[in-house]
Amino acid sequence: MAKVVDARGLSCPEPILLTKEAMNEVGSGSFEVLVDNQTQCFNVIRICKSSGWNAQVTPEGSDFRITVSK
Amino acid sequence: MPLIIVTGAVVGALSVLLVLSGNPANMGVCVACFLRDIAGSLGLHRAGVVQYLRPEIAGFVLGSFGIALAKKEFKVTGGSSPVIRFLLGIFVMIGALVFLGCPLRMVLRLAAGDLNAVVGLLGFTAGIFIGIQFLKRGFSLGRSYEQVKANGYILPALAVLMVIAALVRPSFLFFSSKGPGAAAAPVLLSLAVGLIVGALAQRSRLCMVGGIRDAILVKDYYLISGFASIFVVAFLGNLLFGQFNLGFAGQPIAHTDGLWNFLGMLLAGWGSVLLGGCPLRQLILAGEGNLDSVITVFGLLVGAAIAHNFGLAASPAGVPAAGKVAVLIGLVVMAAVGTLSRPVIVGKPSARSTAVSA
Repeated sequence: MAKVVDARGLSCPEPILLTKEAMNEVGSGSFEVLVDNQTQCFNVIRICKSSGWNAQVTPEGSDFRITVSK
Repeated sequence: MPLIIVTGAVVGALSVLLVLSGNPANMGVCVACFLRDIAGSLGLHRAGVVQYLRPEIAGFVLGSFGIALAKKEFKVTGGSSPVIRFLLGIFVMIGALVFLGCPLRMVLRLAAGDLNAVVGLLGFTAGIFIGIQFLKRGFSLGRSYEQVKANGYILPALAVLMVIAALVRPSFLFFSSKGPGAAAAPVLLSLAVGLIVGALAQRSRLCMVGGIRDAILVKDYYLISGFASIFVVAFLGNLLFGQFNLGFAGQPIAHTDGLWNFLGMLLAGWGSVLLGGCPLRQLILAGEGNLDSVITVFGLLVGAAIAHNFGLAASPAGVPAAGKVAVLIGLVVMAAVGTLSRPVIVGKPSARSTAVSA
């Protein structure tokens, strides 16, 4: 099963720190990040793009599941 | 043009407009000063020269609230260390009032040629750098969760009452007749600026502390481009309208005590990193339903009351001894909060997500 980073309810910049950390850990392949608001969703996607990873968002209730892959 | 640049440009331009329309010099917008004025108007402190219900603040909250509702981003959450956030809010305000301005006013002061703000910026950056070291070691205030929706309407409702009171000026509230508190743009203009800035800041996530933090921490320059845009446009506006005056001495509502300009902003920067956003950002988040930010705003208000009731706040004459002591206490509090608020094993930030939810 793919690694899931649960960043829901965390303040800036924790979701992007966790995402960066997961990138280093995974190296290549994919993992998922859960966030609970648009701002963090937007931040995680921006960090993915600037780090050369793809990000795909699926809304899940009031949360967002971001699939990060390279 | 990216929205963050537009937002910064609008903030810079409207800040110059507000000064030309009556707001205090180099204080088109200052979240710390304006919350301090509101605390004064409510009688939480009795410094007669800084009492006014600044409609800009109500506008920030309502602009954010309105656009968040429209964009379906209004979400009521809370429970991420509210008491710690309240405490951090108090000390961020004390740091800002020793420097004489929030991070936003710091940029506006820079853009008007006030070189004391360069010293403040160095302190602010140092504070952010220190805060980042705590983040890297796993500092976290923990998760927030969805809360009863009615909670999210309270601050916007208070903001509406504030605007009405600013227009009616009831006698039980305090309104300065002289000093910075008496220098104000017309209520409806202030409100309109607040609404526009509030809405744009909600969309672009403008944050003064986030800019420098993200640039240092993850080499992400999104937020700092908003910071730069405010500076450039306010600088050009000040040049155009003859408001630019380069130097240290005689700057409006500022003092020249370099050490305390540095340390005041260091405290404000450090506290803002631990809070996850600058005072402006806290107001915007509060408007979109973040109850932890509402508590932080209340902490900022109480911090302003403490700063003036106990003679901690600086004035153009300088920083009182009690203010210096308060900043030093604040630095100790930041170190304690930064060290103790760690729901993870020290040095293992990877445990942040799992340990917080455990």
